[in-house]
Amino acid sequence: MVNGYAGKFLEIDLTNQKVEEITFSKKILQDYIGGRGLGVKILWDRLGDKWETIDPLSPENILLMLTGPFTGYFLGARICVTGKSPQGNGIIGSTVAGEFGVELKCAGYDGIIFTGKAEKPSYVFICDDTIEIKDASHIWGKTSRESMRYLVKDSINDIKKIHPNYGEFKEPSVLYIGPAGENKSRVAAVEAKYSHAAGYGGYGGVMGSKNLKAVVVKGFGPLPDVVDQDKILELSQEFSNNCFNIEFFRRWGTGSGGYTFGADSSSEPVRNWQEEWHNEKSYRGEEFDKFWVKKYWGDYGCPVTCLKLAALRDGKYAGAICDNPDYELEAFLGTNLGIFSPEQNIYLSYLIEELGFCGIQGGAILGFAGELFQRGILSKEDLGGINLEWGNVDAFAELARKIAFREGIGDILAEGLYRAALKLEEMKKIDVLKYAIHLKGMAIGGHGLKSGKDMVTRTSIGYSVSVQAGDHTSSASLPIDEDGSELYSILSDSAVYCFFTTFNLVFDQIASFYQAVTGWELPKESWFSEKGLRILHLQRIVALLGGPDAVWRSKQDDTLPSRFWEPLPSGPYKGDSIDKNTFEKLKSEYYTAVGWNNDGVPTSEILQKLDLKDVELKLKKEHLL
Amino acid sequence: MEDINKLWIKRIYEKCSGCRRCEIACSLYHEGKIWPEASRIRVFMFVPGVEIPHLCFQCNDYPCVEACPEEALSVDDHTGAVITDKSKCTACGTCINACPGRVPHLHPQDDYIVICDLCGGKPKCVVSCQEGKWDTLILLEGQDIETEKVSAETPKQLAHETARKILGEKATEEVYEW
Repeated sequence: MVNGYAGKFLEIDLTNQKVEEITFSKKILQDYIGGRGLGVKILWDRLGDKWETIDPLSPENILLMLTGPFTGYFLGARICVTGKSPQGNGIIGSTVAGEFGVELKCAGYDGIIFTGKAEKPSYVFICDDTIEIKDASHIWGKTSRESMRYLVKDSINDIKKIHPNYGEFKEPSVLYIGPAGENKSRVAAVEAKYSHAAGYGGYGGVMGSKNLKAVVVKGFGPLPDVVDQDKILELSQEFSNNCFNIEFFRRWGTGSGGYTFGADSSSEPVRNWQEEWHNEKSYRGEEFDKFWVKKYWGDYGCPVTCLKLAALRDGKYAGAICDNPDYELEAFLGTNLGIFSPEQNIYLSYLIEELGFCGIQGGAILGFAGELFQRGILSKEDLGGINLEWGNVDAFAELARKIAFREGIGDILAEGLYRAALKLEEMKKIDVLKYAIHLKGMAIGGHGLKSGKDMVTRTSIGYSVSVQAGDHTSSASLPIDEDGSELYSILSDSAVYCFFTTFNLVFDQIASFYQAVTGWELPKESWFSEKGLRILHLQRIVALLGGPDAVWRSKQDDTLPSRFWEPLPSGPYKGDSIDKNTFEKLKSEYYTAVGWNNDGVPTSEILQKLDLKDVELKLKKEHLL
Repeated sequence: MEDINKLWIKRIYEKCSGCRRCEIACSLYHEGKIWPEASRIRVFMFVPGVEIPHLCFQCNDYPCVEACPEEALSVDDHTGAVITDKSKCTACGTCINACPGRVPHLHPQDDYIVICDLCGGKPKCVVSCQEGKWDTLILLEGQDIETEKVSAETPKQLAHETARKILGEKATEEVYEW
């Protein structure tokens, strides 16, 4: 019996329509915890020896939805979606908030492992020990919201058959994809609720490649037993009070960032990162506030409520509903497209969710196309008649539709920044890769580095040496055991909790919560020099192995997009740039700190110390070591 | 039956953040575990953003108590809460259909009905809601109950009404139907 875990996982073979329960040893759970860490372990064990040959959009890939021991007990419940990423060909731990993880644990499972590919569009229905792979033909092609309505309705009727005399029960939880995911776009998200998404990584496309429209889960049981419930409650209140002390965040979430990250810190993408400064007062938090119909909106267990529900009740885009938009949506579906109107930004955020995109990755590809149009590289004809001028929200909306359904130019853009750029270079015989602001196949989060004033990514190497590349929620920093380092992100994605609830908390506080749930100790030393580091190395290795269509090497790819080396062209920090020498020095220090050689490859010494001998052998076989 | 309400929980649906801490507090108190479906207060979400904390409305005429064929339900003299006698309840479900809000539900594991008992006078859900600084659930006593009390409605009815308030008329089509 392990505490904090349901103790079993579902393995669903979509090809053969087979469902079985599997377990992991206590040792594996202690070492890899859950979520991202356990995902990395499962993927390495099953796919490691042939990693570079696996097409992430083929049935050979494995899709994982994994909770962690914090899911359901800690403030703000999340679940981690992972697999081999169709963006970077490595592994991205992509977490999404909501009740899904709690329902799953109440149904008796810590996670789901999907293998193979269903013959026809399907969804998986889970109600405790009833697990069915059901036909989704009738909702394939439907937008996110309409799909949800069908799924919830059908599932409630199915649950009623299982519990005919129960009375009313709460609705099931759903993870789903929209048309972009169905059409295997590499910038599609796995979605939940409204605008909740596991966006980074492109796992919406992986679900689509498996013909898996959605997973619906309802659990009638309790959460698994814990070791010390009183301690959990005591710590929860302590941590909640900590959140209440950051009243500004509770009030505004990240929703005031659309203005301040541009106006104050000059670190917001504007017109495909051509600038990082703007001073558009129309885009202030107060202007968004006018559309917020619920100012304190959260998910299960959340004391922070960085979510704000926005709805357009009248006007041209009446009926649009989305959460916030949060800062990343304000940036990538606003400023990065030259849009500075909250109303238009809310509409586009709503539409992007309806179509099933990741707001960041989807917005970045729209911005990329916008710049190609600005430079005359993509013409109106190329775009199927769309006049893609900056700020033209209807034009960007129409292009998003084309990408989701892979119509015309949309078929190329659905492949994401890096692959679309290669294809367009081939077509146009012009270097367009320099306008694709990506790292290792992933668009970078909306936090520029040049001014050095961004609150989120504070060091120039943050993205370059991260094992999740452009992911602003998993950026690297030194020292590696200090707050904000990537090993902390690995901890939050593996125990699976929202780091927005842990500002100002120290490692030992998180470790004491972990102990109250599981009964296991997690000394700081063991995380930063062993367990966390092991997960980091495995992620680094699969990123280097990559394949089959792209591989990354530290020398050319542990860098920044070329535009990031140019000085800021405007604003109060005009002229500021990233110092290449400092960058190289920091990078070298980082390699040494985590145990990578000059080529950015984990050394034999550290791999042996971490008991990763099979990894060492694989690296030698592939001539990486 | 006489008006014997001593306590009543006011609920302001538009203010519910959806954190569901009330469910955690209730199920820990009654079951010793975190158990969302066993909670006597449950937050229904038939459209994201419209979260409905649903629990006993303590109708003046207590139709559930009247309808119970086993006399398993009674009204607490001190609080006005409906009390279930587990030993008498046969889980027949008559009270569910008698309740205009369809509030009573089976215990998810055992064969008896669960209904909010106001935790004997100090409802844990209200405490957790106040600790969370949401003020969605407010405990009323005495005269305030007279002016604030509303009649029972189902989660679906409340979802429609609240969606209209929060999201506007057009948005009510968002509410999941079945």
